[in-house]
Amino acid sequence: MGWRGRDVVDVRDFSREELEELFEVADLMDKELAQGSVRKRLEGKVIALAFFEPSTRTRMSFESAAKRLGAETIGFTSEEAISVSKGESFVDTIRMLDSYSDLIVLRHRYEGAALLAAEVASVPVINGGDGRQHHPTQAMLDLYTVRRIFGTIDGLSYLVLGDLKYARTVASLLRALAKFRPEAVMLSSPPELRLRDELKRELEEAGLKLEEVPLEEGLRRADVIYVTRIQKERFPDPQEYEKVRGSYRITRRLLESLAKKGAKVLHPLPRVDELAPDVDSTDFQAYFIQARLGVPLRMALLSLVLGGD
Amino acid sequence: MGAAKEGRMLLVTKIKDGTVIDHIPAGRALTVLRILGIRGDEGLRVAVVMNVESTRMGRKDIVKLENFYPRFEDITKIALIAPTATVNRVKDYAVVEKRPVEVPPVIEGLLTCPNPTCITRRPSEPVKSRFIVVGRSPLRLRCYYCGSEIDEATVLKELASV
Repeated sequence: MGWRGRDVVDVRDFSREELEELFEVADLMDKELAQGSVRKRLEGKVIALAFFEPSTRTRMSFESAAKRLGAETIGFTSEEAISVSKGESFVDTIRMLDSYSDLIVLRHRYEGAALLAAEVASVPVINGGDGRQHHPTQAMLDLYTVRRIFGTIDGLSYLVLGDLKYARTVASLLRALAKFRPEAVMLSSPPELRLRDELKRELEEAGLKLEEVPLEEGLRRADVIYVTRIQKERFPDPQEYEKVRGSYRITRRLLESLAKKGAKVLHPLPRVDELAPDVDSTDFQAYFIQARLGVPLRMALLSLVLGGD
Repeated sequence: MGAAKEGRMLLVTKIKDGTVIDHIPAGRALTVLRILGIRGDEGLRVAVVMNVESTRMGRKDIVKLENFYPRFEDITKIALIAPTATVNRVKDYAVVEKRPVEVPPVIEGLLTCPNPTCITRRPSEPVKSRFIVVGRSPLRLRCYYCGSEIDEATVLKELASV
């Protein structure tokens, strides 16, 4: 189908081959970045960064990616800053951005916002996270990081750990993994934060075999340890959050006593207390590499979608 | 149903012109009436037959409505909670059209997504709810926008409260 002009709303819309093409372009972008010789493929383009919900890494890596490629960016970083706070509908805001830009990157706290935006807008829409549903570019980045470190995505054992109920990064990562051939996909979470049944059923129908394991077993077997933050902002009931708060914490000691040598810890960031800072200086740490690769990966994405070859 | 057999079983008389909704799963006739917006004070002649024997279904409900013809949209709603139902159009005491109800592959604007943070629930957003039918027996609908799934019990509850 090709990337040009496509909306990037849901990682399921992309084949393994398309994802591999993206990773190859990201390699090229990273090489150009390292050499300080990035071609201004998107010169003259305007990219709208419509962040209705706060974001640090996703927004700034898109902004950096756009600017590296020579594009201009417009946008906002919260609902308060725009007319939505005056009661303007989301659809009207998207219509406006559609006429002001060549591509819209969107984050919203409502599930389905990106899909609706893609229906309304004539320019491509990239989903930078919608509620607890999708975060396709994070999943692409996660797998790209794995590929960069291990040279492959297939054949590895993955432990996905933490808030499996509300974390959209988990939903998208698992959906993306279903396109590859992992050795094992293990899940570990507090009982209250288990994967939602409908998502579990969907993944199993897509051919992904999931194992629910105790944390210790998962840490022993995993090559990739994917830690997530408890998504405080998505809990309908603050008391429910208080119950699970601090229920897991990955530390240097825990990793050194259980994890395989060569295992890597990924985290979509930001972290709170689920991942101790003492892991930062160990060989397990891969989350800062992951954050750094966000720029070349998103450069590749923008370049492929806008056809700046 | 043959005329002789019906004669023996009949609880209510035939209607002259209107609609007979037959083969409703037992106990759901009142929900069907609610979907049709019939409360009783419209002055319509309505017969409700509940939990009667049926060869095909064991027990069933029947609703007879004189001089009333449901809208297409309402028939779709009925299909969701009574997929076995047939809608018979009656003219001058005879059935002139007999149609099984059908659940369409996509259901638009009829149901509310149960997810409070689905984009279709955002106040003043010009967007209709849209559900994809992912299972018919048992019924399973998936919100096109947010992916939330609803089952027959949820649909029944929502349509019964209209």
